[in-house]
Amino acid sequence: MRGGPAHTLPKDPLMATARRRANRLTPYLFVAPALLVLAVGLLYPIGYMVWASFLDWSPSQRIGEAEFVGMRNYVGLLGDASFQESVRVTLVFAAAVVSIEMVLGVGLALLLDRQIRGMSLLRTVFILPMMIAPIVVGLIWRYMYHPSVGVFNRTLESWGLEPIPWLSSPDWALASVIIADVWQWTPFVFILSLAALQSLPRSALEAARVDGASEWQQVWHIKLPLMLPVLIVTALLRLIDAFKVLEVILVMTNGGPGLSTEIVSLRIQRTVAEFRQLGTGAAMSIYLLLIVLVLTVAMFLFGKWREGRDARVRARAAEAEAA
Amino acid sequence: MPVIELENLRKDYGGATVMEGLDLTMEDGEFTVLVGPSGCGKSTTLRMIAGLEDVTDGRILIGGRDVTDLDPKERDLAMVFQDYALYPHMNVARNMSFALRLQRMDKAEIDRRVRDVAEVLGLTDYLGRKPAALSGGQRQRVAMGRALVRDASTFLFDEPLSNLDAKLRGQMRAELAETRQRVEKNMIYVTHDQVEAMTLGDRIVVMRAGRIMQVGTPEELFRRPRNLFVAGFIGSPPMNFLPGRIEEGRVVGEGFALPLGPGRAGGAAPSGAVTVGLRPSAFRRAADGDIPFRVEISEYLGATSVLVGRLGTARVQVEVDTPAPVRVGETLQLGVDPDQLHLFDPQTEAAL
Ligand SMILES: Nc1ncnc2c1ncn2[C@@H]1O[C@H](COP(=O)(O)OP(=O)(O)OP(=O)(O)O)[C@@H](O)[C@H]1O
Ligand SMILES: [Mg+2]
Repeated sequence: MRGGPAHTLPKDPLMATARRRANRLTPYLFVAPALLVLAVGLLYPIGYMVWASFLDWSPSQRIGEAEFVGMRNYVGLLGDASFQESVRVTLVFAAAVVSIEMVLGVGLALLLDRQIRGMSLLRTVFILPMMIAPIVVGLIWRYMYHPSVGVFNRTLESWGLEPIPWLSSPDWALASVIIADVWQWTPFVFILSLAALQSLPRSALEAARVDGASEWQQVWHIKLPLMLPVLIVTALLRLIDAFKVLEVILVMTNGGPGLSTEIVSLRIQRTVAEFRQLGTGAAMSIYLLLIVLVLTVAMFLFGKWREGRDARVRARAAEAEAA
Repeated sequence: MPVIELENLRKDYGGATVMEGLDLTMEDGEFTVLVGPSGCGKSTTLRMIAGLEDVTDGRILIGGRDVTDLDPKERDLAMVFQDYALYPHMNVARNMSFALRLQRMDKAEIDRRVRDVAEVLGLTDYLGRKPAALSGGQRQRVAMGRALVRDASTFLFDEPLSNLDAKLRGQMRAELAETRQRVEKNMIYVTHDQVEAMTLGDRIVVMRAGRIMQVGTPEELFRRPRNLFVAGFIGSPPMNFLPGRIEEGRVVGEGFALPLGPGRAGGAAPSGAVTVGLRPSAFRRAADGDIPFRVEISEYLGATSVLVGRLGTARVQVEVDTPAPVRVGETLQLGVDPDQLHLFDPQTEAAL
């Protein structure tokens, strides 16, 4: 209320200031319960985990009794060959599934982006695998991979070919779990790509046809570049998820044979349940969290960068309009 | 440069027929303009010629070759889209050169062509920009440039000037007219602006609701419209239509009685009822004129004025030479030349 007669009540300036401050604080008051839940529900467990990662802690102890060991868990892990192997397996697994799923998902979307009757039914069928619980997916594939009664080896046998030790050979096991993951998650990439494709400007594609572009050239020069932002986000989402996969592999191979399919999350599970080292398990979780965090931040930065670029482009358009 | 023929072209969308049996031949190197009100099927016709829209029935021939079922890229044509259809991820230069790059043309040659066309269209300063950073008019010019850099045998334009301001539109129209003298190409041009149609077209095709109402040179359409629709559509300000009757070599209506030339009105109905069409420019001021005209609205344009008044109860627009502005409320004596008179059958709307 600067200058001029104040028409509003109350007249007392002190009261007015207090009231205005209260008004400004109101939104925070409403958000407070949610923040509290978030803090307790999210930060408390993470804080707990960070704290535990500095302890030498076995499940028989209460957390207060555990010995504080500083960075020993972290340093120890850096030299731990089994942990290193699990990181390597995780990286191979994540890189393989994401690249295969991207190629297959985008390829399918490009093929099925047609106005044909029955297409909506086909699309629904395609996304079914995504809706099955991971445990069930693991079980289904374990049975299909079964050395003697599984559908794959029976088929191979009926063709007169040698059976393949899908899950029992270290050479095949990782490939087998990759195939299962690809089966489950390609639909995710497919759906997002299809949505991106269907929102492309139709007329630009028509212009490309008149300009003499073949089907393949339309894909390469027009469709893929225009889908790129969606594809990048999709790939990052899949990558983050691939680093955290657990149930499917747990059910199919439980990390074996040997360490061939032991991804980090399985390693954590074993460290805690089998080796009873809660502190080391927590430190591994922190390492995994860091990897995922880096990816998430990358995604966030990418979004920011695009927003900034769009804003600049719009500003220049406004300039052009004015000129 | 091939002749383009449309034979009995039909188009259904779902169940609805938007075009029935269109027949049209466009001569070698001709500039054909399709005009008509919104929704009459101009874009549809153009898109069928381009191969972007399936043909329900009929044939399209380019230079004697049946292209009805061919892909757009096998028809050797360039097109400017009504909604620009620029490639959002390419800058102006790459948008314009896309077709040339697909043809694997020599880099230096591509560069030269893009620069030449950009120069003509005033886009030189914007070559590095993406379409999203351009104004509507600039985008439209890029769309135009993308077609002009190409060496296609046929150019299709779908309202390429609709988003430009009046001055720029005038410039671009002149530029197009000049381009058209320079390059002997088939050009098919869609517009609903009849000034564009009249100034650019060798031949004009007037369409209405998926049908061709008349095909002819601008002069033919202006002087001898074959029906009421074409008469009303071509010419600005538009033709006045008045109910009348044929009586003893004259046509008579409320507020006017005009002599007919010999042999006119042969086809009139037995009742003698006709619709009289008079262009605003058909009137002239004459001391001996037999039409008294009280001015209700006077728009002074300089050398001429457009006056609005009444003949009987019908509102009429008149365009006359005016050395000085005409005042509202003044009564003028107007005359009409018999050969400026158009007569139409009120039922069939055909010219008599
Ligand atoms: N995809 C479509 N599905 C159904 N009807 C359509 C479709 N496209 C066009 N039409 C109809 O076809 C008719 C002709 O459309 P067209 O786009 O050719 O008109 P136009 O003469 O170009 O009009 P404008 O001057 O407004 O661009 C219209 O009645 C329109 O409603
Ligand atoms: Mg149109």
